[in-house]
Formats: sequence, structure tokens, C-alpha cells
Amino acid sequence: MHKLYHRVEKIAGNVITLHAEGVKYRELAEVTSRTGTSLAQVIRLHNNEVSLQVFAGGRGVATDAQVRFLAHPMQIPFSDALLGRVFTGAGIPRDKGPQLHGGEVNIGGPSVNPAKRIVPRNMVRTGIPMIDIFNTLVESQKLPIFARAGEPYNALLARIALQAEVDIIILGSMGLKHDDYLYFRDTLEESGALSRSVMFVHTAADPIVECLLVPDVSLAVAEQFALQGKRVLVLLTDMTNFADAMKEIAITMEQIPSNRGYPGDLYSQLASRYEKAVDFDSAGSITILAATTMPGDDVTHPVPDNTGYITEGQFYLRGGRIEPFGSLSRLKQQVNGRTRKDHRTIMDTMIKLFAGYRETMEKQTMGFRMSTWDKKLLKYGARFEKEMMDLSVNIPLEQALDLGWQILADCFEPIETGINSATLEQFWPKTASSETAH
Amino acid sequence: MMKENSGKIVGVNGNMLTVAFDGAISQNEVGYACLGDLRLMCEVVRIRGRLADMQVFEDTTDLGIGDPVEFTGEMLSAELGPGLLTQVYDGLQNPLPRLAEKCGFFLQRGVYLDALPRDLQWAFTPNAKPGDRVVAGDMLGSVPEGIFKHRIMVPFLFDGVYTVESVVKAGPYKVEDTIAKLKDERGNVRDVMLMQRWPVKMPIRAYAERLRPTEPMVTSLRSVDTFFPVAKGGTYCIPGPFGAGKTVIQQLTSRNADVDIVIIAACGERAGEVVETLREFPELTDPRTGKSLMERTVIICNTSSMPVAAREASVYTGITLAGYYRQMGLNVLLMADSTSRWAQALRETSGRLEEIPGEEAFPAYLESVIAAFYERGGIVRLNDGSIGSVTIGGTVSPAGGNFDEPVTQATLKVVGAFHGLSRARSDARRYPAIDPLESWSKYTSVVDAKDVEFARAALKRGTEIGQMMKVVGEEGTAMEDFLYYLKSEYLDAAYLQQDAFDEMDSSTSGDRQKYVFAVTAQILRAPMDFKEKDAARHFFHQLAQIHKDWNRVEMHDEQFKTLEGKLRAMVAEVTKNA
Repeated sequence: MHKLYHRVEKIAGNVITLHAEGVKYRELAEVTSRTGTSLAQVIRLHNNEVSLQVFAGGRGVATDAQVRFLAHPMQIPFSDALLGRVFTGAGIPRDKGPQLHGGEVNIGGPSVNPAKRIVPRNMVRTGIPMIDIFNTLVESQKLPIFARAGEPYNALLARIALQAEVDIIILGSMGLKHDDYLYFRDTLEESGALSRSVMFVHTAADPIVECLLVPDVSLAVAEQFALQGKRVLVLLTDMTNFADAMKEIAITMEQIPSNRGYPGDLYSQLASRYEKAVDFDSAGSITILAATTMPGDDVTHPVPDNTGYITEGQFYLRGGRIEPFGSLSRLKQQVNGRTRKDHRTIMDTMIKLFAGYRETMEKQTMGFRMSTWDKKLLKYGARFEKEMMDLSVNIPLEQALDLGWQILADCFEPIETGINSATLEQFWPKTASSETAH
Repeated sequence: MMKENSGKIVGVNGNMLTVAFDGAISQNEVGYACLGDLRLMCEVVRIRGRLADMQVFEDTTDLGIGDPVEFTGEMLSAELGPGLLTQVYDGLQNPLPRLAEKCGFFLQRGVYLDALPRDLQWAFTPNAKPGDRVVAGDMLGSVPEGIFKHRIMVPFLFDGVYTVESVVKAGPYKVEDTIAKLKDERGNVRDVMLMQRWPVKMPIRAYAERLRPTEPMVTSLRSVDTFFPVAKGGTYCIPGPFGAGKTVIQQLTSRNADVDIVIIAACGERAGEVVETLREFPELTDPRTGKSLMERTVIICNTSSMPVAAREASVYTGITLAGYYRQMGLNVLLMADSTSRWAQALRETSGRLEEIPGEEAFPAYLESVIAAFYERGGIVRLNDGSIGSVTIGGTVSPAGGNFDEPVTQATLKVVGAFHGLSRARSDARRYPAIDPLESWSKYTSVVDAKDVEFARAALKRGTEIGQMMKVVGEEGTAMEDFLYYLKSEYLDAAYLQQDAFDEMDSSTSGDRQKYVFAVTAQILRAPMDFKEKDAARHFFHQLAQIHKDWNRVEMHDEQFKTLEGKLRAMVAEVTKNA
């Protein structure tokens, strides 16, 4: 029974209120005005008063708009036909392809039973030494990239997506600049990865409510692929826009804000999305990489702060490079003991020495005299930044480890590295590279 | 017979229902919202006239106006009885592994299973006899549960004095079998089963008196037991920014703490961390018993993506189980990770009720709720004279790592020890990142108090000099001050820092701490003489290196004596002859 309603009582922002009977919480409705038709979702019931958030926004909705309830919550048709396609947050095709039907699944489904999860155990290779060596990405990890607006986080996401060995890539974009959307699309297309990708795109020009749907739709699709045994990588950019969209709706609904205007359930809302990352016992996995821009480069801002408590580490992108300090992969211990014997040694030693370099840099700026040791550190730091940290470096892990040894050997005496003798014996390069010959 | 009491939904806002009712209901009463065949558990949180606000422990999608709500007449309760240990529950005491067998990968809403297995038989041995006068909490008999003698007690909800009418013979019984009949003073006879139920939001008080916590609970973390100790029956909190190592500290403590039973309440945190515990604990052996660690553990797991109302309940379920085992004269440790998520659950509920908010939109009653929770810990003398304790350790996840926020502040007022984790320490990879200058404890250390005072002063002085050196450089620092600095760095590196991934170093017993710290304090006190700063620095680097090796060998090993001798010899060589 699809009853039609013709009288909207209240329109505030993107939320409309009307009197209706038999409506269910989170049910979808179609709202038709002269300016067009949009989906809307029930977000509050009070007696016979129903509040809906209109996906296309409240603008142009008339008081005599037709509202038709659809008797089901938000769903997305799931099949392999999704691959290679681009949709809006509401699941409407954005490319020129046909609307899909059949195999509908609810979005925002229940969470995974922890008893059905397994401890993550597979490394995801990216070809980026700062990730592979120092903060290894692990299948089923949820990891944000913290960056100031303007940093190349989208380029980094795209690169990881292309180089990572995964079966399916899902891009969920929120408040993306249109140029960046085209960049993602073209990059995936050029590399031939489009055919194993699904894109849910909300650009900055699109209605804000659709932004809210993007993570749920992307993750619902990811979950279905993972249940089929696929390894899925979900890219979400930018989660700060998602949080801001939540803030906007919460304020419209007259909810009491908690911190800088964000709703009190910001943590739970973010967590229920990030926690979809999973390695299923006897099925596939979902890995989530999410860009989180930090307003004012402030990590204590509510969005990055809450995110940090939810995710399994974070990458700081600063000055176009992944910053070794503060960046953390909480799951790296699960895998980096089984890659190559010298992996942890190189990881610890190079970071420790790089910390020494940073201290020396400080001393240098303050005008202290540079000792022999300081000079060695300065040389080392410059090479580390150029050959390891630069994002254009693209080498497999083993080669990166060899490079690490070479840099160490070029800059230091074995004893100065603090590496134990057995490991030195096995791995210390016998010849210095040509660069130090003169 | 009780009349069936029900109401109808008149409003839905997130997980909050407004329900119109006719009969009598009580605050915190549990009800079920009916959605076709599904019954969704919910709890009354406010009553106004004929309308009740109820928080639903599940997702509320598809609920509509007019859907019925059935009231149960009972508050949210936990099942208490043999079979709790080794279990993994959600916040409402649903056993997760059995739920997985039934529902597969996902947590289906509206599925509730028995917390205690109904078909298991337990070998009951009676202890009371007909004619005995008993009160709530008195022992009627016992069953063996793993390595423990699980007392079967007069249900805590039984008010007043009872006379034992009959007790069953020794033999195997299931949890729902009647094992005794008790008569109250008016002559009503009531049945007692192996299991009982208790409303989780009420403290269990079936003991004689509360005592002052004095005996240390050794966690085997040196910086905790030596500098910021916790007592059995005490309370402590671990606030820290993300990435500072709260979880590792919690995991180590739950493994090594010298208590009988550990209850882990994973409240609104990452599922991955619980999974690690879930998969690892059965494999690890408890050094005290030689059995699997899981045999002394109960995990209550309400991860961040599970419904938020159940998150609030999970903390109470945890403390109720802890209180139950305390009644058996056992020492119990409850680890709650994290109490901030619990407080946020309160905030979400309060927001939906449109209550007037306090600071950062937390409800005004936040402080009293936190205080009441920590007060459920404590060491008690039971009616039979034996002693039991509940120690509570809660982590706090302050926004931005800033301790000056409502949850941290409310917690600090009511705990006996504060282990503040600092970002600076974790960035410098100095783990555990417990800040030695900010943290405090009101309990007694396992080592000599005078030594601790001395070491703390040395740390403080050394840190100050370290700060000063950043400005004036090493050249501008006097040798004496420089030595202070090096000594404090040595103390930090060799004693405070502990390698969580080294089998020996990650766990230092109380006796070993006493021994090693005495040596360390001697070294700190030794007046030393160096000609050059480089020589001094080199000396202390070496000293710290040997001390770290010392930490990694078994105390009864030959190596232990050798390395100690080496340390002492090194120090003797540079000690100034007065």
C-alpha cells in the first residue's frame, strides 16, 4: 500500500515534516515537487508527525509536494554489474549507464560478530617504502590519512588503490572537488582498474544528505563482495566532509551539539562505519583507507581526534610526504615479523637515526656547532628524505630494505647503528655505493 | 498471576522510543518492542505522565507508531552462576560464539540466548543443612568451576533471615535445578537454583563490611607497582591520547595481574583488539595455575559499532559479574576499556531525552554516575569472614589527549591511582608511556617507600635539567647537573621502560621489583666522578644497556648474578671516594 500524502507541514533545511500513518522508522519515501523528484528517509517519528531528510535537499520542495512512502529502508541493488560504474550517494547512476535493479541489500546493516573475525595476517603491498617498511598496511585494517587541505591525499589514495593487490576497489567520495573526481576516474581507467572498481561519488556541488549516504552505500557493497570471498579495498575521501554533513543535519534537527558543533554521537557514527573493516573467518576482507582533512592542521579537532581512537593507526601526510613520526600502523606487528628477517631491524634503526637527524636539524637552526656525528646524521637525513620518504619512490619491499642497508652503510660505521652483530654480519653491505666513493 | 503489561509506541528518535502505557511500570524496567516476530529489548529511562521514554538496545529501523511494547516487570539483569568463566558475552550477556553458531557472520537483532549453558551439569556439594539460619550471600553449597570452588549462595535478592528447609544431596545438577528450599520469617518457602539473577545497575551488598584496600595488586609493570601502585580492592584510571598504549597496558595487566579472576569489559572500542584477546588467551598459560588464561577470564565485548545503549549496559554487566565472584572470597579485577565510550553513551541518551546539557554536552549527572560505578569496587569481609575484592581499572580516552575534560576530571576525583599516559613519551617510544611526573597513587608500593621518594625526586630534577639543556646546550651545563640528568635518563631507560613483547621483561614480579629497585636506587645514590661529559654519557649508555639485558634474564638464572655483578663493578669503578 503506497499511500500518497500531499501536505508538508514544515520545511527546515533539508528536513521536511508531515502527518502520515503507518510509517516505519528509517523508511524511504519519494518526494515530488515541481522542481523534481527525490528520495527521502524517515529520521524521526512523533505521534503521527513524520520527519524526513530529503536527499536532494529542501530547496524547491513545495508545501503541496507529493510524498509516497516505499515501505523499505535505503537499499542498494547488488550484483557484479556494479563494477566499472559510477553512482551518486543515493545509488543513482552518474555515468551514462542504466539504472540497476535486483539483489537489493539494506545499507547500514548489523555489525559483525567479533567471534567471527580473525586476527589479520596478510600484508598489503603498496610499493611505498614509508608504508611497506615503516608502517605496513595490513588486510582488513582501517586507516585514515590525516592531512591538511591541499596535501596530495587523493593522489596517495589513488596510488595505493592501483598498486595494492586487491580484488575490488570501492571509492566513496564525500564533498569531492569535481576535478578530483575526474582525476580518480581517469586514473582508474588508464590503469585498467576501472573494471574492478565501483565509485559512489558525492561532489561538493551535490546535496548534502547524499554525502551522508556515501560511506554506508560503499561499505554495504564492499561487505557483499567480501562475503563472496573477495579482498575489497574501500577508499573514503574525505571523512571530515561526512562529519560536517552530520553536523549540519544534527543542528537542523535541533540536537544539542557536544564539541565544536558536532553531534554527541560523532564517535559512534564514525565507528559504525570504520568497524565494517573486517577479515572474515572463511570469507573475504574489507580494508578501509580514509582521507581525513584536519582543519587548521589540528589533530585535536573532533573529527581526526575521534577517528584516531577508532582506527588502527594513521598516516600523517605533511609537505607531500608521509611523516615517520606520529604515523602508525597498529597492525604492523602482525605481519612484519614474517616478511624478511631484517625488516624490523631496518624499521627501528632507520627511524631512530632519523629522529637523531631531526634533533640535529634543531641544533643547527639554533646555531650550535656541528660535531662529526651531527654531520653524519645530516647526510643520512637528506638521503632518507630523498630516497625513502619521497612519494615518487616506488619499489617493492625487498628492494626498499636493500636500499635501507645501502643508505646506512654509506653514512655510518656498522657499530654506530646499534644493530646487533649477528644481523650486521648477515646484512651489512660489503661495498659502499658509488656516491660515497669521492 | 501477573497481568500482561504492554504499551504502544508513539515516537521513534534514533534508539529512543516514546511509549504510551496504562499499567504500572518502573524506572529501568526492561521491555520488548515487537516488530512482527522480532522482539527488541529496551529499557525505561524516563517516565512522564502516561509516556515512557525507552532506549532500545538494538537498531530501531522499521519500528513504527502503534507497534506494541511488552513490559517484563524486571530490571535489566545478569545471570549469575557456574559457567560464567571463559565466556565471551556482549553487553547484554549474550554469548557471542553461540550467537555466531546461530546467526552467522552478523549480529542479528532481537536474538537473545541464555547466558549460562542450561544443559551442563555441575557437581554440587551441599554445605548448609536444614534448620540453618541464613541471609543473602550465605553459602548453601558449592560446585567446582575450573580451578575455583564456586559458591552457591542464598540469592542476593532474598531480603531478611531465612531458615533452610531442605538442601539436595551431593550430585550433578543443572543451573536451573532447585538445590534448596528456604523459609522466610512469615513462613513462605522459596526455591533456590544453582543460578540467580541480579539487576546489573544495583551494587551487590551481601557482605559484612568494606575494608580499606592495603595489599598491593601486582600488575608486574614496574612503573605501576613501584611508583604508582594499585591495591587489591582499589580503583585506578588510565587516561591517554590515542596511540599512547592504553590497550597494550590493559592486555598486559589482564594477563599478569596477581588476582584470581579477570573480567574484561571492552566497551565501545575496536573489535580487532577484542579478537586478539579472544584468539590469544586460550593459547596462553596462566603462570599461577598452569592452566589456560581463559579459565580465569570473562570477556564482555560491546565494540564501538554495536548499539550504543548496550554499551552502557556492558560496563554494569561487567561489574556485576565481578561483584558476584567477590562474594566467593576471590580477588577480581575488572578492566573497563574505555569509560569514555560509556560516558559518551550516556551523553547520546541524554541528548535524545533533550535533557539540559552540562559541560561538553555530557549530562549533569555524569560525575555521580562515574563515582557510583567506581564505588562498586572495594575489598570486603564476607559474612563467613573470608575476604574478597574487586579492583577496577578504567581507561579514559580524553578528546585531544587533554585531561582537562569532564570524564577524566570526574574519574580522577574517585579513583585511588592515576596512570596518565603522555603523547611525548609514546612519541619517543618510551613504553609504557605512563608519565612519571604527572601520575600519582594513594596506595602502598611493593618497594621501599624512601627509595621511591628518592627516585621520584631524581626523575624530577633530571627532567628539569634536561629541559634547561635544550636552551643552554650541553656546554652550558655543570657536570653535577649533567650527572643528574644522565641518572634520571638511566632510571627511565632501565627501570621505567619495559618491553611488552619480551617474555621476561614484560612481566616483573613483586619480589624481583624489590630486589632490582634496591640495586637501582643504590646506583642513583652513588656519588660519581667523571672528567668529561662524553665519558659520563658513554658510561650511562653502557650501564643502561647491561641493565636492560639484566631485565631480560630469568631471576634464578646464573646470568642474573653475573650481570648484577657487572653492574655493581661498573658503578664501583666510577664512584667517588669520599
